[in-house]
Amino acid sequence: MAIETTTTGILLIIAIMALVTLATRFGGTFLMSFVTISPRVEGFINAMASSVLIAILTPMAFDGDIGARAALGTTALVMLATRKPLPAIAAGILAAALSRYLF
Amino acid sequence: MMSDHPSYQLEPAKVRSQFLRLLPISLFVVAFGAAFGLAAVQKGLAPLEATLMSVVVFAGASQFATLEMWGNEVALLPLMAVVFAINSRHLLMGASLFPMLRELPPFKRYGILVVLTDANWAIAAQDYQNGRRNLEVILGGGLVLWFAWLVGTLLGVYFGGLLQEPRSLGLDMVLGCFLLAMALGGRKTPRVLVAWVVSGGAAMAAYWWLPAHTHVVVGALAGGIVGFFWLEPKPHGH
Repeated sequence: MAIETTTTGILLIIAIMALVTLATRFGGTFLMSFVTISPRVEGFINAMASSVLIAILTPMAFDGDIGARAALGTTALVMLATRKPLPAIAAGILAAALSRYLF
Repeated sequence: MMSDHPSYQLEPAKVRSQFLRLLPISLFVVAFGAAFGLAAVQKGLAPLEATLMSVVVFAGASQFATLEMWGNEVALLPLMAVVFAINSRHLLMGASLFPMLRELPPFKRYGILVVLTDANWAIAAQDYQNGRRNLEVILGGGLVLWFAWLVGTLLGVYFGGLLQEPRSLGLDMVLGCFLLAMALGGRKTPRVLVAWVVSGGAAMAAYWWLPAHTHVVVGALAGGIVGFFWLEPKPHGH
């Protein structure tokens, strides 16, 4: 089934996208309300939380260009050295711009 | 079973301070919003349609992906599948906030989730790992990010992209660097590091061999399983 991209169709497409996205925003919390929070479940949630970030970032680093890798590597080093997010992010962006300019 | 004693009070002053806390990163979101607005009108969306999409969907990666599927018509099931797959990370983010969210009454609980997105969730998750309960950043930070996404889209549809070459300035890496800084700012126990290695490995395997857009959920669940079987020796109090 397909929706034509007329004005009405586009509004329908946007409404569907909004509902699907809202379901993802509500769904995790809603499903958790049926789960008893045992220590194991809490362990799962806590490990999963930071793993989300790693799972977003790993392909970005593996598949990215030299700029992406320089940015993530520099941010990691500065963050581990200083524990200050803003300098780490700024250094990462600078590293991406510089490496793309140079290579 | 749940919300027997709603006891988390959202503090208006803290909501405002978290709004300001995410104002700097929101400036970059404006640039991405402009890129989306420009791409959308180039695909044939009317300016108000593109803006409406940003207002009610508020999920950049899935909005860009939808444009890739744009034509004289858009196939319904693939559209829903792609939007769901890209945004399914919200399911995990919402689940991870549940220990705090269950202390809010349902109306507020789901109300603040309307503006849940990567950046404000990453801060809430990092604060929680460090023993601070911060749902105000979901609301205040979410509102400033949402507003920036709207303003950016409007600029893009009416004035075009703000920058000729955002990539050459490294601006495409802002969110990646931000999320990495948040991850590294949390506690790094051996358990967490093993979970990260498993998560990264599973994410790459999914990225290479499973259908597109599944790698975040696969990696995150794999990391979560490590936490399920390997408990912290001492329970981490609030």
